[in-house]
Amino acid sequence: MSDAAAPLILAEDLTRRFGDFTAVDHIHVAVQPGEVFGLLGANGAGKTTAIRMLCGMLPPTTGRIQVADVDMVRHARRARGQIGYVAQRFSLYGDLTVLENLSLQAGLYGLTGARRHERLEEALRLLNLREHRAVMAGALPLGYKQRLGLAAALLHEPRVLFLDEPTSGVDPMARQRFWELIYDLADSGIGILVTTHYMDEALFCDRLALMQAGRVVAEGTPDELLRRPLPTPILELDSPDAVRFERLAHTWPEVREVIPHAGQLRIRLRAGTEPAALRARVDAVAVEQRLTVTALRPAAPELEDVFVAVLEENEV
Amino acid sequence: MNPVRASLIRLRALLGKEFRQLLRDPRMRFFMVVPPLFQLMAFGYAASFDVRHAEIAVVDQAQTPATRALRAAVAATGRFTLHYFPAMAPAATALDRGEIRAILHFAPDFETKQTAQIIADGSDSNSAQMITGQLSQTLQQSARLSAGIEPPVHIEDRAWFNENLDDRPYFIPGIIATIVVITTVILTAMTVVRERELGTLERLLVTPVARLEFLVAKMAAVASVGLFDVILISVIAVAWFDVPFRGNGIGLLAGSLLFLMSSLGIGLLISSYAETQQQAMLLAFFVIMPMVVLSGFAFPIRNMPAVVQWLTWLDPLRYYLVVIRDVFLKGSGIGAHGFEYGMMALLGTAALVLSLARVK
Repeated sequence: MSDAAAPLILAEDLTRRFGDFTAVDHIHVAVQPGEVFGLLGANGAGKTTAIRMLCGMLPPTTGRIQVADVDMVRHARRARGQIGYVAQRFSLYGDLTVLENLSLQAGLYGLTGARRHERLEEALRLLNLREHRAVMAGALPLGYKQRLGLAAALLHEPRVLFLDEPTSGVDPMARQRFWELIYDLADSGIGILVTTHYMDEALFCDRLALMQAGRVVAEGTPDELLRRPLPTPILELDSPDAVRFERLAHTWPEVREVIPHAGQLRIRLRAGTEPAALRARVDAVAVEQRLTVTALRPAAPELEDVFVAVLEENEV
Repeated sequence: MNPVRASLIRLRALLGKEFRQLLRDPRMRFFMVVPPLFQLMAFGYAASFDVRHAEIAVVDQAQTPATRALRAAVAATGRFTLHYFPAMAPAATALDRGEIRAILHFAPDFETKQTAQIIADGSDSNSAQMITGQLSQTLQQSARLSAGIEPPVHIEDRAWFNENLDDRPYFIPGIIATIVVITTVILTAMTVVRERELGTLERLLVTPVARLEFLVAKMAAVASVGLFDVILISVIAVAWFDVPFRGNGIGLLAGSLLFLMSSLGIGLLISSYAETQQQAMLLAFFVIMPMVVLSGFAFPIRNMPAVVQWLTWLDPLRYYLVVIRDVFLKGSGIGAHGFEYGMMALLGTAALVLSLARVK
């Protein structure tokens, strides 16, 4: 095992161009052992291209990648024995059973004899697939397919795990169990890189990088990111008349966006607008239309607010 | 771990996967058995250049003992079904309608001119040629016989290897070649493209698998389908259609393996150009059709224009066909066809090297 200071995944100046289009633009990624690193971004931001390069599936145009102490660009095949990968789309064989799929993977990683048997049973147990071993993988519900994908990626006890949108389309309960497992894996010292566009999942990560148009535009722990000052203040309006306020707020010049949230309204102001201006507007409207305001207070920023703000800064 | 041993473990896992998938897929089992049987039936029963029971109109306006003798001679060959017409006009109408294939006409002045006329339906050039040939030969012989003339030279004709000059023993072994090329080219192209479409190929390539290991397993599975079809068709050809099998199975198997190098290589090459399975299918047909036409399967190569004949040198199917026909009809052995085996090895190596270089 490498010492804790050396990152398990290290990418420097990583760039990939497809013709004139730059899908990934000089990004830098470092993931330590035991760390869950989240790559966030909208579809097309470059997450999947980045993860494909890090897994050695796609050669970078320029840049250096080191995974589990192996140069991924030059010695991809040697590094592959150290990594596990779960694709966004189910990409094992639908016409093979759960066990046959896992056996194939075991063979591909050179597992034989008692160890092979032991690892297969362990993977089936860990992902609750024991009763489904004889089921055709294509006939499994989506959540089970995802678990099978993870089981296949863990058979050979990789030091690094890549998860490309692993929970898209999976129900919330299954997602939660999936993440518990991810934490257990990280605790055992595996370095994990996960892409997602779910903000609540992003909070589960130890560190995050937000991608936009191929570049990393913000990076840090979730706490660090949440402490970033917002150029556009957010207020929370608590009112029994929230529905009517929502309709009205869309027309106010100070307001950039209104988001109904658990019976309240989260109101994002335009950059440069003072919260006092909105307070005055709300009070005036309340009197005029006889609406009740229970409370109007500054809202604690959520990750999504931070990201929206960062994305807007970069668009300007 | 020893890298060779690791590679063998991976290869075994991949082979297990390929054969499981192959045998499990009902469409695949269909593809392996039904098209070969269908082609066998089509060529065994339907496709024939032989003239049997050709419908012939006879217009005998002379009605002399000589014409009656000639008519009897034609009827006696057993190859023609004769229909008698009183005049040319209705016979011509029947020819127009395709009800008859030729008219045998004895004019009223047959006695003085000693001329019989044969009019054949040239829209089917091949059978027209056969019918006029056979009719005129029969008429000549019969005329000489009745006149008591001995021909100056006796010609004794024998056809070796296919004594009755049947079309079946000629066509049916050829079906092996066409079925093997169709099945294996399409299958190779489709299964590789399918894995690319589904994303399973990319998933495989995150594991320590080498591309070559993946391709070798795929090709082994497809090659066994090809060999299965060779054996299936051979058994049916011999057992059901009474096609002789005079050579040895080793020669057939060796030829098939050498030919498979080309067809698997071509399939792989197609897979590198096709993005979807439909494209692969279409491309495969574009390649297979000219291969079959240029192979000499149905049309003799020596009748082709010189430039086209040169092209046939590049068609591995051409050599495979020679080997197969030899094994069934002649039995002259591998030694007599070293050139064909060599050419298949050469073209096969070229196809494999080219495709493996492209599939990277």
